[in-house]
Amino acid sequence: MSSAVAQPRAAKSHTPWLDDELRLGRILLAPTVIYIIALVGFPFLLAIFYSVSDATVGSTSLHFVGLHNYKMIIEDPTFWRSLRNAIVFTVVSQVLVVVLGKILAMALYKDFPGKWIVRLLILLPWVAPISLSSIAWLWIFDPVYSIINVSARALHIIGPNTWPIWLGQPDLAMASVILVDVWRLLPLATVIILAGLSAIPQDIHDAAQVDGAGFWRHLFMINLPLVMPIMLVALLFGIVFTFTDLIVVYVLTRGGPFDTTQVIASYAFFTGVEGGDLASGAAISLFLFPVLVAVAIVFLTMAKRAEVT
Amino acid sequence: MARPRYGLKRWLLRGGHVLILAAFVTFLAFPFYWMVLTTFKETKDLINTHHNPFLFNLPPTLDNLRILFYDTQFGHWILNTIQVGVIVTVITLVLAVPAGYALARLTGRWSQRLAIGIFLTYLIPPTILFIPFSRIIGDLGLQNSLWSLVLVYPSFTVPFCTWLMMGFFKSIPRDIEEAAMIDGLSRLQAFVKVVVPVSTAGILTVVIFSLTLVMQEFVYALTFITTSSNYTVSVGVPTFLVRGDVYFWGSLMGACLIVSVPVAILYNVFVDRFVAGFTVGAVK
Repeated sequence: MSSAVAQPRAAKSHTPWLDDELRLGRILLAPTVIYIIALVGFPFLLAIFYSVSDATVGSTSLHFVGLHNYKMIIEDPTFWRSLRNAIVFTVVSQVLVVVLGKILAMALYKDFPGKWIVRLLILLPWVAPISLSSIAWLWIFDPVYSIINVSARALHIIGPNTWPIWLGQPDLAMASVILVDVWRLLPLATVIILAGLSAIPQDIHDAAQVDGAGFWRHLFMINLPLVMPIMLVALLFGIVFTFTDLIVVYVLTRGGPFDTTQVIASYAFFTGVEGGDLASGAAISLFLFPVLVAVAIVFLTMAKRAEVT
Repeated sequence: MARPRYGLKRWLLRGGHVLILAAFVTFLAFPFYWMVLTTFKETKDLINTHHNPFLFNLPPTLDNLRILFYDTQFGHWILNTIQVGVIVTVITLVLAVPAGYALARLTGRWSQRLAIGIFLTYLIPPTILFIPFSRIIGDLGLQNSLWSLVLVYPSFTVPFCTWLMMGFFKSIPRDIEEAAMIDGLSRLQAFVKVVVPVSTAGILTVVIFSLTLVMQEFVYALTFITTSSNYTVSVGVPTFLVRGDVYFWGSLMGACLIVSVPVAILYNVFVDRFVAGFTVGAVK
């Protein structure tokens, strides 16, 4: 990348300020590194420490209990259900976000009258505080007053005596939670993909048109490959956001019905904070980390490769 | 003869374009339309199943907003959120901008590894950290104080924004500072006087991003803050307007609208610059 190209130049110019530069670099970087060590590294180690202890909210004494908490978690069917739900939740919602985001970005690519207001309306879900907009969805999914049910009944899509309870039936509850997550993350993905589209030089489109490439051929041979690195970035952010998010589940279903929408993040919160069992909560939440690292490594490698070729 | 068919095709394309946009706008903006209706409806109107829910069957009312502003501490929560947001953004800028520059230009062969290390800390989510933090904040005597949020929020803004700024500075040609240094400025002066002024898009991205993240944050605020006068908007509103099974729908929706719409307008004005900063930072 650009630093690798530029380095020999810096090393070649043997000017007096070279030594100072390295020192200046350290000075500029030090506060951030210290802050991150103190407020990310230290709590992270503390989380690992708690996970092998019997820490609770109430007591101040701690005892080392080895892998007891992990053993309990691995034997806990709710944990496995949460892990499965978290994976389903993340994969389904992110596939939808990327596909819909690409379509919407292409629809927004060209200028048209009213673009400003359309963009404003599209950005709204991303800027609304998610704890409040999830409550708006709670109202939309209300068992009695759900506007979805009222409209569907008026249009005779469902019968007059059918009462789908969006957040109360296992299959519908998962679908509803996914819907809200897609709704919330689609704007950011669209905006990122749109930036990727805008970065493609016009010459390439012109050349493709001269060569007689049709819409689909243009999409799959030119457009998609060129936007791929930036789409991967959008996907990486979406996965991190979704996999670690507990607000949507906390507000909409509190993990129910019967833990069918419980995800790792919400299960850790209910166990660690509301249940007061810091040790088990910490252990559950730590299961998020290896997955996130794996995802990050895969995507950084892929994005770099896509950039090189 | 070919002309009218060409025209028809164009009309179909344009119609399809409008349909696609309309479908997306309906999906994304409908909840906000619904919030507007709910905010200004009387509760009697809202819960009468014989009424058409898309219309005002009774005259619109300001009662729900009155409850929000007079019966809760909504104004206070907004001020709390702004206060925390501004301080956190300042801390983020002070830490992330110099660090990003150092990573882009000054750390030599370590920069790549350091940068990836900093980026990876962004992947340690609040969901892992809030449990140890709940203890740390207690030990520091900061529980129930806005300063706990000021202390903790940069832990998710700084790593990401450092990464963003690094990418942004890498995209600025080195010649700019080198010319300034030939003119006699030191490296630090060149950074402050020459590089920072041409980096407004990147800095703006950091500002908008950290403000939005602070406004949306829920888990830490819910865990650390216990007194209503110290709540931020994202925690205060749901805590106060959801009482057991009773939801003050109108006031809840009103609060969401009041907070979201101004920020959406701000975003829309700066979205192009924001995206430029975001993509340069994320890919380079």
